[in-house]
Amino acid sequence: MTRLTQSRPIEGAKKTMHSFYAIYRKEMRQYFVSPIAYVVIGLFLFLAALFFNLILSGVIQNAMQMEMDSMRFGMPPEIDMPAQVMRAFFGLLSTLLLFIVPILTMGLYSEERKRGTMELLMTSPISETEIVLGKFLASLSLFAIMLIPTLSYLIFMFVRSEPVPPWRLLVAGYAGVVLLGGSLLALGSFISSLTENQLIAALFTFAAFLFVWVLDVGRNATGGIGAVLSYLSVIRHYEDFTRGIVDTSSLIYYATFIFLFVFLTVRSVDSMRWRRA
Amino acid sequence: MIEVQDLTKAYGSVTAVDHVSFTVNKGEILGFLGPNGAGKTTTMRILTGYMPATSGTARIAGFDVFNDSLEVRRRIGYLPETPPVYPDMTVEDYLDFVARIKNVPAEKRPGLVSDALKKTNIEDRRTHLIKRLSRGYKQRVGLAQALVHDPDVIILDEPTVGLDPKQIIEVRHLIKALAGDHTIILSTHILPEVSMTCDRVVIINKGKIAAVDTPENLTSQLKSGQRVRVEAQAPEKPLRDALSQIPGAKNVQVQSARPDGLLSATVEGAQGKDIRSQIADKIVTSGWLLYELSSVSLSLEDIFLELTTDDATHAEPSN
Ligand SMILES: Nc1ncnc2c1ncn2[C@@H]1O[C@H](COP(=O)(O)OP(=O)(O)O)[C@@H](O)[C@H]1O
Ligand SMILES: [Mg+2]
Repeated sequence: MTRLTQSRPIEGAKKTMHSFYAIYRKEMRQYFVSPIAYVVIGLFLFLAALFFNLILSGVIQNAMQMEMDSMRFGMPPEIDMPAQVMRAFFGLLSTLLLFIVPILTMGLYSEERKRGTMELLMTSPISETEIVLGKFLASLSLFAIMLIPTLSYLIFMFVRSEPVPPWRLLVAGYAGVVLLGGSLLALGSFISSLTENQLIAALFTFAAFLFVWVLDVGRNATGGIGAVLSYLSVIRHYEDFTRGIVDTSSLIYYATFIFLFVFLTVRSVDSMRWRRA
Repeated sequence: MIEVQDLTKAYGSVTAVDHVSFTVNKGEILGFLGPNGAGKTTTMRILTGYMPATSGTARIAGFDVFNDSLEVRRRIGYLPETPPVYPDMTVEDYLDFVARIKNVPAEKRPGLVSDALKKTNIEDRRTHLIKRLSRGYKQRVGLAQALVHDPDVIILDEPTVGLDPKQIIEVRHLIKALAGDHTIILSTHILPEVSMTCDRVVIINKGKIAAVDTPENLTSQLKSGQRVRVEAQAPEKPLRDALSQIPGAKNVQVQSARPDGLLSATVEGAQGKDIRSQIADKIVTSGWLLYELSSVSLSLEDIFLELTTDDATHAEPSN
């Protein structure tokens, strides 16, 4: 049998693709048959649109105020409105993520365990990695689908701005949300794999996110600790992206974060076999 | 096709499966019979690679269930104790999903899904959401899931639980029809199940194998022994003592609380010995009145009880 698999590497890769896709497809369909997905997406888009308008009008008012001040005191207005709106809006998106990601990931594994369907998956010829990747990428895809409508708000603002800001800013910002979202989804999936109760999974995921956010405050500390926390902060790298800064160290940071938690989830699913001992 | 050798599984201090060994030949239906908590589910979970054994080995189609788990999983269909279904999927989508994760190629999938629906008689529910199905239908969806990819080995944990009598008969027919092409292990705590469907029976109790044989042999093994039912008017204790004194008599049980004041007793005789005349003689010479004396052959049920009941309950003089 070993010889057979060795002589047919393509077959093996094809098989992996099939199994991975089977899980991915199932997860996507699950999302769209459950009312939760629609409620979450609807609420997300509503809040995003609402806050976008508030931010936009706030920034415009602020600008008008400054313009008036400048008339009185004779200082030229030097504000980059689109950049301000972007930073505020992406800041808002990261806050919404705090609430949305736990809902997207809570049931990923805990529900499978509770329903007994994990027994089907674990006794089928698919690997733990295929299961975990299928589920992770499905949750990431759903998240990306949620984001697409928000893109239109910013594009609308960009084309109405004078001069039109560099599109690089938009690309970097969205790369940042997707990477931040991916990291939180990976962490949430891992937590879901630890329990049979999806409510507990959601609460612990939320608590873990709060911890990450709180940790971020510590980066202002002086000395070595501040520097370490600053590098470890999920938020700092995100802020770089929303300023249009894409540096390799941030990319490596998120890639490592996602890889680490996907890997831990694979280990956790694998250990379910052993925990029964 | 399936070889199990000294399989042992301990959950902490509880030994759920204790040095179990048996084999299943290709095309055979093996019944795994035992009361609740006997270790049936645990054994099946080890065979399907769901969890590892503490010690011992099990091979399916020559592959070790632990070391070559993926090869084993490729060849089995498994119905766990609770059907592993997704409530929000339709029956058809669910079976399609299962076929996909069992690596069924795309071009074969629709045909196999239809076959599974047909065999388990749930074609009329193919577009229904699983959560809207009754317990019996869910169980049949679980069964369809176990055979959708046409596996060599089918492992069924209590496949008729939750079905009504008519459905039970259908499922038994289905299982019988699957044998030959497929090797089947099914577990049950219901006796008629094994006598009706299985080629061979493994009786398991408290993790240990109590007997392995064909249902016919198990029955005839003790058939030569005899069970006699007696109804008489007599004082309880003297009757029990008198019956116990008959050479070859064992398991004397006397039930007293009968409305008509009669005592009814059962006595088992040793193999090949008819003790009826001795019983009649004893009762009459003691001056009691004999109302009835009949011989009952031991059913599989009795054998099952015999093998799985504690010695403690046997030692009790009457029940
Ligand atoms: N996950 C587990 N942890 C601890 N003990 C268990 C577990 N599963 C089963 N057992 C114990 O192992 C024994 C056998 O259980 P099981 O295999 O489910 O029996 P059956 O299927 O024949 O009813 C029982 O005493 C049960 O309590
Ligand atoms: Mg059981």
